[in-house]
Amino acid sequence: MLLLIQYTLIFASVLLLVALGGCFAEHSGVINLGLEGIMVIGALGGALMMRYAPDSMGAFGLIICVLLAAIAFGVAYSSLLGVACINFKANQTIVGTAMNMLGTAAATVIVKAINTATNPNDVSSTIQYVDEKKQFIVNIGDFEFNWFMAVAVIGLVVAYITLYKTKFGLRLMACGEHPQAADSVGINVYKMRWAGVLISGVFGGLGGICYILSGVSEWKFENGVAGFGFLALAVMIFGQWKPTRIAMAAVIFGFFRALSNVYFGFEFLVSLNIPGSIYNMLPYIICLIVLAFTSKKSRAPKAEGIPYDKGQR
Amino acid sequence: MIKKILRNEAFQSLFASLICIILGVLVGYVVLLFINPTGAGEAISEVLKNFFHYSKTNLQLKNFGNTLVKTAPLIMCSLSILFAYKVGLFNIGAPGQYCVGICVSLYCALSLGLGWVPCMIIAAVCGALYGAVVGLLKAYCNVNEVISGIMLNWIALYSTNMILTPVKEVTSPYTFHLDVEAPQAILPTLGLEKFFAGNERVTIALPLSIIAAVVILIILDKTKFGYELKATGFNKNAAKYCGMAEKRNIIVTLMISGGIAALGASFLYLTDFEQWSCTSSAVPAMGFNGIAAAFLGGLNPIGAIFSSYFIQHITNGGAFVDKTMYCSQISDLISAIIIYLCGFVFFIKYAMNYLIDKTEEKQAIKAKAAAEANTQEGGDK
Repeated sequence: MLLLIQYTLIFASVLLLVALGGCFAEHSGVINLGLEGIMVIGALGGALMMRYAPDSMGAFGLIICVLLAAIAFGVAYSSLLGVACINFKANQTIVGTAMNMLGTAAATVIVKAINTATNPNDVSSTIQYVDEKKQFIVNIGDFEFNWFMAVAVIGLVVAYITLYKTKFGLRLMACGEHPQAADSVGINVYKMRWAGVLISGVFGGLGGICYILSGVSEWKFENGVAGFGFLALAVMIFGQWKPTRIAMAAVIFGFFRALSNVYFGFEFLVSLNIPGSIYNMLPYIICLIVLAFTSKKSRAPKAEGIPYDKGQR
Repeated sequence: MIKKILRNEAFQSLFASLICIILGVLVGYVVLLFINPTGAGEAISEVLKNFFHYSKTNLQLKNFGNTLVKTAPLIMCSLSILFAYKVGLFNIGAPGQYCVGICVSLYCALSLGLGWVPCMIIAAVCGALYGAVVGLLKAYCNVNEVISGIMLNWIALYSTNMILTPVKEVTSPYTFHLDVEAPQAILPTLGLEKFFAGNERVTIALPLSIIAAVVILIILDKTKFGYELKATGFNKNAAKYCGMAEKRNIIVTLMISGGIAALGASFLYLTDFEQWSCTSSAVPAMGFNGIAAAFLGGLNPIGAIFSSYFIQHITNGGAFVDKTMYCSQISDLISAIIIYLCGFVFFIKYAMNYLIDKTEEKQAIKAKAAAEANTQEGGDK
């Protein structure tokens, strides 16, 4: 039971972080379908930091460095979306999809190159971080508290305050609702959209490193992040683009994802004799059902997905 | 004359695609340089050479055949995506529908012992039904087709693993070989193998996929049905007010799209070229490469044939790079970069038109100035 709670919380943290990223991008008017790719690249940054960080760093230093590396990689990668979709008015769906493919392909190529360079016989795309992973975990009794749960909560509070209580956040949301109106009162729409995309890079990168640290102590980059970027988008839609509701949605989705990891720990679930594949499918099926019921009356930011053209009034 | 060519829509598409390819390969080359500068030139030429890697004509032809075997399903996947895209829908669920195609065609062949024709037809029908799920969700529940498509991809993957487990080898995760267990389900070659040094994997799948491309072209450009679909894509509301059943159009489009993708899967798996691994952890890359091929082909069915071949050519070429220095995923990287650049196609066309307009304007001003100078001179005299 404790294990179920633990996994639920850690998967909810991932979904919450990434969904907040998507939330910022969409509020600024850009649909970020490339979150999955941003997660992979952020995870790559964090994993490389864990691999090359000196042992003398101490737990606190390591955590901060890994988080910063993930953020830096995520932000740098999200700028690819910014350039294409804000400055060159490219189709956001195509660019997002390309970024997902590019993220996995680039991470695989980079990690394989590093592995092969250190050991010519090693052609895997795996990075191991057994010892480093322990630094992220504090044992409270039987419960493994992961620092990312704290990061997610901080992220939620920061996101809420930024969006609703600051001038910047309100302006950002204006650019996603009616960019022409925002421009007419002197807000630079391009800058605001860039800010939205880069912030989604921050959250996406954090979510990525959190995901690969959630269960296992090594990661094979060929696998990507198993659709988590898209699950997070579903969480965001279910949460109606509002940070607090997103948090609740993330816990629900996290629960179903966790179930597939630990279902064999429950006697009555095992006695039902359902094949493991069904549990693997469960989060995606739940996601579809939830979307079917919530999308009809969903209120997305009005101008999302439409490139801003100054000449169009 | 030159200007007319430059302004031609088809020429611009071709030009933009070529720029995407050149830049994509160039970036791939730079990445290789970063990894290991000594063999980068050789590696990129291996990727582009593919089967020319071999010096014997026999081996070349055989490997050319192998590339073509995988080109046929890729053409189908790209047709599936471009057909939906013409109707304003981004069918990223194509990899899942492809997966359903694999599942159904292998199950029908190995477990039910059906022949190749029913296998193909049942696969296409199931793929269409799977596509219809996305369509229904989109039309009646307003679910973004990209997100529902991705979710259905994962569901299809795990279902396929589960359903095909009874027909897999005992010692490996792969399904039975068709030529041992179900030779009746293997696609006929109609003598095509003679052109490819006896490569029996080259089957009627290839001509069928080209016929499919032509059929799609005709449906989209020459029929009322295709016109209605495209109108729905341009403006759903306008189509509705003109009396078109816009909801039905969305669902039908995704059904056709799904059917094509699933048919593509049976084109590959009913040749026994590949077996399905029942422990797969990701949907086959074929569907995603289809996106690359569709956009690289300028969203034209005939263009898709050539772009599919190109994508498959470099994907197969990736297998020939020096494994001690690089990995074969370099070609995945190149195709991903190409898709990313395809996002800029609109901008490239815009820039071309802008430049032509500007030079025309300049010439017009010049001509006007010259004409004025002439009349002034005339006046003086």
